[in-house]
Amino acid sequence: MVNHLNLIAWLAALLQTALFVAMAPLFTIWVKRIKCTLQNRLPPPWSQPYRDFRRLFAKEVLLARTASPVFRIAPYIVCGTTIMAASIIPFVWVNIPFAVMADAIVLVGTLALGRFFLALAGMDVGTSFGGMGSSREMTFAALAEPAMLIVVFALAMLSSSTNLSTIIGFVLDQPLALRPSLLFGLLALILVGIVETGRIPVDNPATHLELTMIHEAMILEYTGRHLALMELAAQLKLTIYAVLTANLFLPWGISRSLDAAALGVSFVALTAKLAVLGALLAVGETLVAKMRLFRVPTFLAVAFTLALIGMLSFIMLEGR
Amino acid sequence: MIALAVTLLMPALTALVLAFVRPAPVGTRINMSATTAGFAASVWLAWNVLTQGGIHGAQFQVDAFNVYLIVLTSFVGMTTSIFSGPYMAHELELRRVTPRRMRLYHASFQGFMFTMLLSLSTNNLGVLWVALEGATLATVLLVSLYRTPESIEAAWKYFILCGVGIAQALFGTILLYFAAARVVPDPEQALQWSVLYAHAAQLEPVVVGIAFIFLLIGYGTKVGLVPLHNWLPDAHSEGPTPMSAVLSGLLLNVALYAIIRIKMITDGALASGVAHDPHLAGKLMMGFGLLSFMIAGLFLHRQRDIKRLFSYSSIEHMGLMTFAFGLGGPLATFGALLHMTVHSLTKSAIFVTVGHASQIAGTQKIEHIRGLVRTQPVVGWGLLVGSIAIAGFPPFGVFTSEFLLLSATMKSWPWLAVPLLAGLAVAFAGLFRHLHSMVFGPSPAGQQPIPLNPVPVALHLAFVLWLGLSIPAFLARWFDEATRLISGSGLL
Amino acid sequence: MTAYADLPLIEQAIRTFAALILVTSFALLAQSRVVAAIQVFAWQGFLLAALTALVAWNSGLTHLYISAALTLALKALFIPWLLIRQARRLGILRDLDAVIRPGLTLMAAGALVIFCYNVVVPVREFTQVVTRDAIAVSLALVMIALLMLITRRKAITQVVAFMSLENGLFFAAVTATQGMPMVVELGIAFDVLIAAVIFGVFFFHIRDSIESLDVDQLSRLREIND
Repeated sequence: MVNHLNLIAWLAALLQTALFVAMAPLFTIWVKRIKCTLQNRLPPPWSQPYRDFRRLFAKEVLLARTASPVFRIAPYIVCGTTIMAASIIPFVWVNIPFAVMADAIVLVGTLALGRFFLALAGMDVGTSFGGMGSSREMTFAALAEPAMLIVVFALAMLSSSTNLSTIIGFVLDQPLALRPSLLFGLLALILVGIVETGRIPVDNPATHLELTMIHEAMILEYTGRHLALMELAAQLKLTIYAVLTANLFLPWGISRSLDAAALGVSFVALTAKLAVLGALLAVGETLVAKMRLFRVPTFLAVAFTLALIGMLSFIMLEGR
Repeated sequence: MIALAVTLLMPALTALVLAFVRPAPVGTRINMSATTAGFAASVWLAWNVLTQGGIHGAQFQVDAFNVYLIVLTSFVGMTTSIFSGPYMAHELELRRVTPRRMRLYHASFQGFMFTMLLSLSTNNLGVLWVALEGATLATVLLVSLYRTPESIEAAWKYFILCGVGIAQALFGTILLYFAAARVVPDPEQALQWSVLYAHAAQLEPVVVGIAFIFLLIGYGTKVGLVPLHNWLPDAHSEGPTPMSAVLSGLLLNVALYAIIRIKMITDGALASGVAHDPHLAGKLMMGFGLLSFMIAGLFLHRQRDIKRLFSYSSIEHMGLMTFAFGLGGPLATFGALLHMTVHSLTKSAIFVTVGHASQIAGTQKIEHIRGLVRTQPVVGWGLLVGSIAIAGFPPFGVFTSEFLLLSATMKSWPWLAVPLLAGLAVAFAGLFRHLHSMVFGPSPAGQQPIPLNPVPVALHLAFVLWLGLSIPAFLARWFDEATRLISGSGLL
Repeated sequence: MTAYADLPLIEQAIRTFAALILVTSFALLAQSRVVAAIQVFAWQGFLLAALTALVAWNSGLTHLYISAALTLALKALFIPWLLIRQARRLGILRDLDAVIRPGLTLMAAGALVIFCYNVVVPVREFTQVVTRDAIAVSLALVMIALLMLITRRKAITQVVAFMSLENGLFFAAVTATQGMPMVVELGIAFDVLIAAVIFGVFFFHIRDSIESLDVDQLSRLREIND
């Protein structure tokens, strides 16, 4: 039914992306609120992230004397690539037209491009914090990306396609089965997601001045709308990983047509899944202490190994 | 059947009894009488088998081939236990062992004998594995009996290496069982050697081929085939000498016996295969055997410890036997069987003598063992005659068997006779470059003779000499029957 | 591909357990703390016992329940208990047995799994659905245990590796051939038991002779040592 020239489909896809971007701050504040409640603190209001954005956009941009043009365009590229990544992922509707052009490998590549500019921006001003953050980010990325790719490969082997829509469709089509490959893929994706989105125990999103911080170190020099874009990109990235987890491994409920009722069900189902995932993340972050920086490669090695075993067990145990 | 029961139960029960016998001299005496009784039972068993045909039960299978090994095993066990009496008493005096460890020693000795006889007589390949692993377990604490850092290291190496090796054999056994399960309906029968042998042609050749490789690696570790031989010199050199004698004289043989039994099944399974080399098993054994034979021969030249020297000689001879059994055919098989016998007898005699020699010199270092003939002529001449015998000089039995093996090689693989001859020459030189000074050199001041029992060595060497001069007719027929079982046709 | 989803749930569960056992094998390889390694080993034993019980249920072979119980008692409870007790008495429970280049080791393990799978391909051609993959996985378990055995320096972790190797073999026996004849299985269990006890005794011998449990220091016996 996907017609490339079908205007409604394209429009729907764009709307879906807009919804995705709009919901990202909501997801972040949901996690934050639960954490606050768990830690006996007064939670910020639901509108807090949106108010932050308004405030930041209103403020003037301060640039360091040493900042190059890269520093100035980086926020747009980082935010743009992340939104692009979000547009590739089926959110409430499976058969989005973008999926035909960009598959899961493009998704990983788009995120990598954003990361590249983020790291460049971190080093650009020449402060020690920024450089440290960039170097750590790239070190971990070198380990996280292969793991992520292997998860993608395992899924691609399962459904004979790297197209995200097809993968989700495949998972929806087959009867419920206990698959070791999916089990390990899920675990690996969660571990990779924790590293990529800088959550505890790898990085602490709540801190702004700590020797071991990674993401916050890179955006330390940003102000005004640049900072707002960087923050939005980070929130969006978190939501992307949550949506990927929810829609790839537990896609039940997602709509396959543009029927209004189905889309409504799909939206409710997705909201519920994201709420549960966010709550789990908050509980996990409350229970687990941040690990030493040198342990992160081990953490990622576990993710990589799990992804690898997932793929191997698909070949070895689930073959015809 | 009763004879078999006595042969098997004698060491098992004695091991249990000896575990509770405190005084060392009593333990020694029980040990000696039990092995003697066991030998008598095994001779009775052999007589039964040769006159009335073998035992072909579901769990036990005794034919001309393994009954000959059973007799050999209990004979070497008997003579070693006779030698071990005064030897261990002397070690006890030197305080190298405590009375408590003597108890462990005696119990383990009998336990080891039991596992050896069980692996030889069982019809179940799984039980064969269990018994061979049991042999490792029974001997590992004997290797570390002296508790020196070296002996602990040797025992650890022995334990881990043999354990890992034999684990591969279990994997092979499982694969074999797997292949058999689709041919033999009753799972209880699917590991029985006689059943497998009867159905060999129906077994899936690829699976059996892979199983054989695992089994060859696994049991080959115990045979001491290069490159899996590392444990062997260490375990031989650091354990008490009676231990080295039975390890070299018995354990290696029994492990080789296991390989031969499995080769018989593998040959049957691969014979029909068009796409597979029907002689895969034999060729693999020839390759490993020849490699071990050559490399061990070269290593003989580098040894400074007398027990290590002779353990490398064991590897060399086991390699030769593996090669010969791999070669197949009646002549090679007959020669290999004869070689198994004469090697066992000669090597255990040598280890006994070496034990005496190192007790006289107070060390196992070749450079410090001097003038044995002057200090105690029995030991000196024993070592000399033993080495001459093992090096393959006429008129000893080793010469006869090596001559048969060479002729068999000449007949089927003439080119391989060249490395074989070269290897024999290298090994000969390796043994004799050290021997002269040890036996004849000036004896160091204060070197004292020790109490010993010369009967075992004399008995063994006399047997080897006898086999070299003329093989008695009944023994030749016996070997011939075993050859017929293994290779399909007899020699005589 | 949908063939897998059509399998009965119990067979899917068996495969999932097989994959979990493979994961514990990798975890053992990367685990550097002595106590954690023993715990992972206990989990492996437990998973193996559960797998055996599942296979028993699936095939209706009662003797497999006995081997499941044996495995649970021996591999999941007794041997870990014995190892932890000995480690505590030797005071090495909290020690580290550093894994050299964990990343590389894990990669090597992954490569080994692929290698094993390819080795088993010729066997696969001739066998049934459930058994053919089992051999590949068990061979992989054996190889990973061997890798652990050669990368470890402490006697106690080497023993854990050795026992995990035994687990791999048992896995093969359970999944590929639905157990061995009872007499063999009992014999193997007896051997493992004796081996564990002897290992336990041996730790003290090693400690007494070299005052450490680092097997590195067991290096007196070389070809040319003087």
